[in-house]
Amino acid sequence: MNLLADLQVALPDALLAGFGLVALLLAAIGGDRISGLLRFVSVIALAAASVFAFLQFPLGDAEAFNGLYKVSPFVLFAKGATYALGALSLFMSGGFLKTASMERYEYALLVVFAALGAGVMLSANDLMTLYLGVETLSLSSYVLAAFQRDSLKSSEAGLKYFVLGALASGLLLYGSSLVYGFAGGTGYAAIAAAENTVGLIFGLVLIICGLAFKASAAPFHIWTPDVYEGAPAPVVAFFATAPKIAAVVVLAHVMFTTFGPHEASWRMVIAIIAALSMIIGAFGALAQNSIKRILAYSSIANVGFALIGVAAGVEAGAPSVLVYMTIYVIGTLGIFGGVLALRRGGQAIDQVSDLNGLFKLKPGMALAMVILIFSVAGVPPAAGFFGKFQVLMAGLNGDLLWLVVVGILSSAVSLGYYLRLVWAMMMKPPGEPLDRTDLSVSATVLVTAVLAFPVITIAIQMLLDAAQFASAG
Amino acid sequence: MQLIAFYILSTIVVLSALFVIAARNPVHSVLWLICAFFTSAGLLVLIGAEFLAMLLVVVYVGAVAVLFLFVVMMLDVDFVELKQGFLNYLPAGALVALALLAEIGVVAAAATFGGGASFDPKPDAATNAQALSKVLYTDYLLLFQMSGIVLLVAMMGAIVLTLRARAKVKRQDIAKQTGRKRKDAVELKDVRPGQGI
Repeated sequence: MNLLADLQVALPDALLAGFGLVALLLAAIGGDRISGLLRFVSVIALAAASVFAFLQFPLGDAEAFNGLYKVSPFVLFAKGATYALGALSLFMSGGFLKTASMERYEYALLVVFAALGAGVMLSANDLMTLYLGVETLSLSSYVLAAFQRDSLKSSEAGLKYFVLGALASGLLLYGSSLVYGFAGGTGYAAIAAAENTVGLIFGLVLIICGLAFKASAAPFHIWTPDVYEGAPAPVVAFFATAPKIAAVVVLAHVMFTTFGPHEASWRMVIAIIAALSMIIGAFGALAQNSIKRILAYSSIANVGFALIGVAAGVEAGAPSVLVYMTIYVIGTLGIFGGVLALRRGGQAIDQVSDLNGLFKLKPGMALAMVILIFSVAGVPPAAGFFGKFQVLMAGLNGDLLWLVVVGILSSAVSLGYYLRLVWAMMMKPPGEPLDRTDLSVSATVLVTAVLAFPVITIAIQMLLDAAQFASAG
Repeated sequence: MQLIAFYILSTIVVLSALFVIAARNPVHSVLWLICAFFTSAGLLVLIGAEFLAMLLVVVYVGAVAVLFLFVVMMLDVDFVELKQGFLNYLPAGALVALALLAEIGVVAAAATFGGGASFDPKPDAATNAQALSKVLYTDYLLLFQMSGIVLLVAMMGAIVLTLRARAKVKRQDIAKQTGRKRKDAVELKDVRPGQGI
């Protein structure tokens, strides 16, 4: 075993872990005075880790740490995106943290450790590594959800997330132990080589349940609206992007590689989860008035769409999952940026009616938001349409016509609440004037909007090629 | 010799476990629990797993049992009330006990008739601790370090959510104390005889 060679394979994660530990030590000495500086440096560290992850692309498949850890272009794509999204959501959070007087140095560090956990679970090549990555991500997330500890709602969000998350971790562990027992090993390769027994399938289904919880797919979605509503806005912007893409890609990766030979056993399970997620996501949001709750249901529906790609199987589905999730998280990051940016009298806006007449108050922001919402809803010519098109085609190629029909119908239903947001912004008379927005947030919103339309619309072929390359390995 | 030690230790474990639930005073229950942990550690030593035995003492006696003691002493739980309704729960309890007994029987039968797997507490090493560390710091280095990070995050989380810097509490600041100059604290006054300050 050569530690240096191992660290080279795990460079982005090692960099982030080392940075987190050193920064924690320095912050413990420096105290909350350096929290602004620390946040800035953490953004740079996350961005650097993201760049390193993309630079590792030519490496191909590489194992490290005695087969516990493995990188492949498929996971590196998601890892780079996860770290970049972590950096962006941290970059946007400064203004909110200051006005809500929750500026403390642990915030940036928790985001870094959460991103690290997401990265490790992506690169896992063994159920034990997977579990440790999931736990690192989850523990940081519970604390982040409750970070605004003087707010009742934030504490409630943290507690709910913690209790349900612990249950999901238990399911994941129980499934892993069953798989270990019946496959005779915890390594992905050993499991893939194992015989298809009833016990193995039992464990497989429990592992799917645990991972689906982390990705907030129905019927394990119950925590999502409450956590999104209660947790502080920049934390939700993080939850809805970086861990989301990581969780969906991990689910896809575990299904494709570890349980690849047992494909016939899990495709229907994933397809049902996808259908339920899309239906619940579409109908659940119709009656909501809180923007954050609507976005929570929207994320459930969108995870359902991404899972169509997983259910379609590895050849048809793998690239479409990457494309869909990338486009989706770009749109979501921008929308949450908008929710973060808009404040009225120092209070963050929460209700749909707070958006009334945004076009008259802040035309640029309103236009950007409309583009982003269309992208997430999948209205052409915004980028989201191409993402949806990809997963639906993958579903057709995977002989899942009924699932594609459910997807199209639920997509039409969900347009109802997306258009409601747009209607409020464009057509309703404006309310009280809004506060000035932070430059970092409005810049992020504008950049994501330009990405959603027209950049990705034009460069969609490049993204498709990149995803195709990443999936082919 | 080993067999005699095994029977003595296991008798003590079973008896102290019985006293954990039979003791009237909850503090006594916890003390019996500690006794059970200690003797189980002795059983582990008997099969050659001395590292696990030390862990059991350090973790369960040193941390968990003390935590139990604190909880029992600090929370004002009326244990007499908790113990009421013993007869109501008896059928369900007896059922669980029977199931456990049957499981023990199955395991014992499997071990007796199935020839039982051979057990080596220290593969390729001098001691149990060496055998563990040989894989823990090499093959499973990544997992070991990641567990460290998980625990660090948990600790950070506990601090973030509970630690509050209270404004009105006075604390000793040693640097400030020793850094105090004579002229900040003492003033010389020339007091004339017969007059006050």
